[in-house]
Formats: sequence, C-alpha cells, structure tokens
Amino acid sequence: MNLMETITQTVDVLVIGGGTAGPMAAVKAKEANPQLRVLLLEKANVKRSGAISMGMDGLNNAVVPGFATPEQYVKEITVANDGIVNQKTVMAYAQNSYAMIQELDSWGVKFEKDETGDYAMRKVHHMGTYVLPMPEGHDIKKVLYRRLKRTRVEITNRLVATRLLLAEDGSVAGAMAFDCRTGDFHVIRAKSVVLSTGAAGRLGLPASGYLFGTYENPTNAGDGYSMAYHAGAELSGIECFQINPLIKDYNGPACAYVTGPFGGFTTNSKGERFIECDYWSGQMMQEFYNELQGGNGPVFLKLNHLAEETISTIETILHTNERPSRGRFHAGRGTDYREQMVEMHISEIGLCSGHSASGVWVDERAQTTVRGLYAAGDLACVPHNYMLGAFVYGKFAGEGAAARCAEVELAPVDADQVDRERERVWAPLSRKDGLPPAQVEYKLRRMVNDYLQPPKVTRKMEIGLARFEGIRADLDRISAAGPHELMRAMEVHAIRDCAEMAARASLFRTESRWGLYHNRVDYPKRNDAEWFAHAQLKKIDGRMACFKRPIEPYIVALDAQDRNAYAHLRIHQDDGTPAVPATVEAAHAE
Amino acid sequence: MPTAFAPVSVPVRVDEDLCIAHKGCTVCVDVCPLDVLAIDMVKGKAYMKFDECWYCMPCEKDCPTGAVTVDIPYLLR
Repeated sequence: MNLMETITQTVDVLVIGGGTAGPMAAVKAKEANPQLRVLLLEKANVKRSGAISMGMDGLNNAVVPGFATPEQYVKEITVANDGIVNQKTVMAYAQNSYAMIQELDSWGVKFEKDETGDYAMRKVHHMGTYVLPMPEGHDIKKVLYRRLKRTRVEITNRLVATRLLLAEDGSVAGAMAFDCRTGDFHVIRAKSVVLSTGAAGRLGLPASGYLFGTYENPTNAGDGYSMAYHAGAELSGIECFQINPLIKDYNGPACAYVTGPFGGFTTNSKGERFIECDYWSGQMMQEFYNELQGGNGPVFLKLNHLAEETISTIETILHTNERPSRGRFHAGRGTDYREQMVEMHISEIGLCSGHSASGVWVDERAQTTVRGLYAAGDLACVPHNYMLGAFVYGKFAGEGAAARCAEVELAPVDADQVDRERERVWAPLSRKDGLPPAQVEYKLRRMVNDYLQPPKVTRKMEIGLARFEGIRADLDRISAAGPHELMRAMEVHAIRDCAEMAARASLFRTESRWGLYHNRVDYPKRNDAEWFAHAQLKKIDGRMACFKRPIEPYIVALDAQDRNAYAHLRIHQDDGTPAVPATVEAAHAE
Repeated sequence: MPTAFAPVSVPVRVDEDLCIAHKGCTVCVDVCPLDVLAIDMVKGKAYMKFDECWYCMPCEKDCPTGAVTVDIPYLLR
C-alpha cells in the first residue's frame, strides 16, 4: 500500500456531489464567472450518480403560474411541515421554481404538456396543484452532463470526500477525499465549497435485510451530514426523519404520485380508501402506519379497476423511470397491475430534506453557518424540496460560491488537519485481522431500526446511543482489504455519526410532531408553547450539542383552516367516527 | 480475528459471449453508482465483484451489446 500517493490541487469553487444539485451548482458557478476553476467531485460517476441516476418521473413541487402562487406553496409546505419552516427559504425556492422549469426545458428536459403547449399540471398535494409529470424524464442526467461539458466544468469521478478543510478563522478552505479505486489521498483547496452529497440513505436497515436495498441511492450514505457536522456547521430538523410508503420488499414508491392523477389510490386490505391525500407527509405516514399495524393491513396500491390504456401508460412511466427494475420485481412475483393490487409497506428511516426536513441549515441563499460553505439538495434543510428544489438551491449555491471567490484569498492549508485525516482514512488498509466493514454496518443499522424507528421511545433511544458509542470503538478495529472496502469502511463512520445525530435530535425535542416522523410515545402531544422552534445540532467542544433556534416571523400568514389541513388526513366514516381502531388512535400522536 | 467467506448469489449477470470487455469496453464498470462491477483481466469479461447492488440498471441500459442483466437480489425477490 506504500504506492498510494497524496495529491494536492487548487480550484476556486469545489462542488462535492455530482447528482442533482451539484451539477447545477457547478454549471451556475462557471456561468457566473467562466474564468473560475470549478471542480465537481463525485463519489461515483457523474453520468449516472445520485437520486436521479435513472431519471425522474415528475416534478413534485412545481410552482407554475395559473396553478399556484409562491405564497400558496409556502403555505402548503408550512402546514405540511407542521409549522417548523424558515419561510424565507421556502419562498426563495417557490419564486425561482418556474424559471428553473423553463431553463431545464430549454436545456432539453422533457415535461408533460397539454395540447395547447401548457404544462400538464396534476394535483396530488392536499391544498394546491404542484405535480408536473415527466413521462420522458429518463435522460435528465444526460442533459445535465451536456451542460457540464459545455460550460467546461472539471469533473473527477470515484473520489470519496471525507472531511472539509477549515481555515484558521473557521471558514471553509477545501476538502479531503480518497480515490476508491487507487486509495490515493486528495487534498483539494478551494475558496468556496458546495456540499451536495444527498440524503443519509443508509441509516435504517430495510426490512429485507439487504444493506443496499434502501429507498435512497445507497451511495448517499450520509457523508455530507457527517462532513458538515465535523466542520462545525449547524444541522436542523434531524429528528424529522424520512419514512416513505414503498412497494413491500422493493425500494421504490408504488407510486401514488404517478398513479393518483390516473385514478389509482391507496387502500387497506378491505379495499377501502383510508387517507384523503397521498402526498408524503409525516401525518400521512402516521395513518399509513396505523393501518398497517391496526388489523386493516396490509396496505395496497389499487390500480386494477383502471382501463387497459391507463394501466399501460402507468406501466410505461413507472417501468422506465427513476426505479425501472420495479417492473422486473412485479414480474418475479406475478403481480400485474390489471389483476392484483400492489402490496405496500413503509421504508427504513433516513435523513433527507428533499422529502422531510432533516438537513444542514441553510439560509435563502444556500449558505450554511460555516463561511464559504454552501449546501443544496437532499442534505440542505429546505423542507420538502424534492428534485426541483435541489436544482434551485444548487443554482443559489453555485452563484454564491462564485461570488465569494472575488472577495476572499485562498486560505493556507493546515498540515495537521491533512495528516490527521489521512491517518484516519488510511488506517483500515494497514489494519490486519480487523472487523469487515459490512458486518459493522449491518449491526449498526440493525441497532438503528431497533432503537430509533418511530414510534420513538425515550428509553430505547438512550440504549441506542449507548450502542452507537460501542460501535464508535469498533470503528478503530475495521480493516479494509482494498480501496473499495475502504470506501465502505469510511461510510460506516458517516452512518454512525448520522445515527447518533438522529438519536440526540430526537431525544432533544420532547414533544410529538410531523406524524410518524417524530412520534414520541412519552410525549404524545404537539407542544407549540415550548417547541415551536427549530431543533439544531452542532459540534461544540468536540461534542454533539442540541439547541433551539427561534422560527423567523412568517412572511405568509396562515389562517386556522390552513393550519389544520394536514391534521385530518384520515377519511372519516359516515357516522363521523374515524375509521381506525381505538387502541391505535390512543397510541398515536394527536 | 478469524473470518470466513459465505457465498451469495449476486444480482448482476454478464453474458460472456456478448461482453466485449476484452476489446477495452468498461461502460458497465464506469456507470455503476456503487462501483461493484469489475473486469476479470484473465477472461477479459465484466463481472459483479461485490454484492452491493441498488438494481438501478445503468449497467444494463448503457451496455453497448446487451450483455448485462440486472436481477432483483434474491433477498427481495
């Protein structure tokens, strides 16, 4: 292993993560100033990386004039996220949403249009209309790649970033990474850094027990959450977990967003509808969970009442986009949308602001609390931001990162930071007879399921923390047979950090909120008097500290009716009683 | 610490008659998000080296000769 080298390079803007937000940030930084050296650093290969490696079947949050206003969207997300939002960040997204759709359209991304050429918007959310299908969205990565080439962004593939470099004054000075093919250690100096490494998708263990059968692209192991934390950035809403309704055993959505507008719907085992709205919120997931646990389960997606043409259209969309192996999974089980309903289940837990709200704290210009560090996409805390939000915040981040280059000098490299990190990263390669990374990961993620999966119980989460401490000691015993296994070993470090963050943030918020996402059995009520605040998490004196951050005054007011829109997602029976067994009703949060 | 190897069936299959890795093709290896494919240098054919698959299918879609098939991993099937 003495053949491994340390390679240092200097750029102006470093973008870490080449999935969705990252390519946009890199393109926008380069467009802002073509003289800048902009490097897009990717763990896999930019051509096929991230959450949209196989494309996307639609926009979930398109704010299109004539269908919704930015104010309506801000209201919808404020209510869907139970009030805990910095409305300025959601508004900044909403105001730039339509322009981004038009720009992507001009780049060659195909959105569904009606016969007059207008965007064919569909209603899935509880209040407004925000879904824009992309039946031909499978080549979105190709479109992004062409833009990267055209703007002459530099790209490195197969580099795994592990820590950010910090200047003496605490601002960001670059990052450190290693090559998962050669083991070489890389030091990349930069004036500004954009973090866009996606969700923490390998946190919970899927019920199948297959480590890589996660909802999120498992390349997204939470590396960015861990890097931001160790750089001293504030993280927010970590306790607001991501949990999604998926096809049972298969890690893709069934998918109600696509099928809903065609007439598909979610039912219980009696074939009855039980939720009013299929938009993914914690409140909806709580009802889903109640139905699964309450004797009316399993839960199914029902399509078999639809006409043949409708079903074949749905099949074309679902089996060529986002998760195309879905069709193969159904075929293997003998499931035909025409005949059978599709059995559904809930996913493992994860951290992802694209769907819920857990992420690195950013303002409305994608700036984190560390100077020079920007964040965008699934890891940046802008609730329910989805793919289009990743593009919009990627744009903000890239433009901000480029502008900063004119204002600051390149910080000197602190040799101590480099030496320490290289020692940490290379250690598993020289360790003989250590623990295999996959075994440590399996145990860690099984513990995450056992102790952190909602409903959350205080005592269980405390035991979980003790187990995660035990695994911290195991990290120093992991060995890696080569650079590929080293990547898995270092991912276990990041996953462990995320597990501890998830436990600490969940223990900190002593109330229940966001339905199932933060259903605390010991504190079953929502408590606005004490907890109408962001729960932040930050490294202070080497330890994980939690504190409240007040919610900025709303810029879009909510009336009482709006406020309760997501509180009553269960369909009530004719006599006015909710269609749910009393025992479950008593157990779940208000 | 003593270790053992436990064989597992892997989800990605490569038809060696169709695979042109011996001519220098590395498309499937290049596009895999999890970097689990490799070229067997002796045979000159691609194969799945690590059972860490998201069954996302770029390897199958981007293969120029249709040599790659992605199955659903056995645990999920």
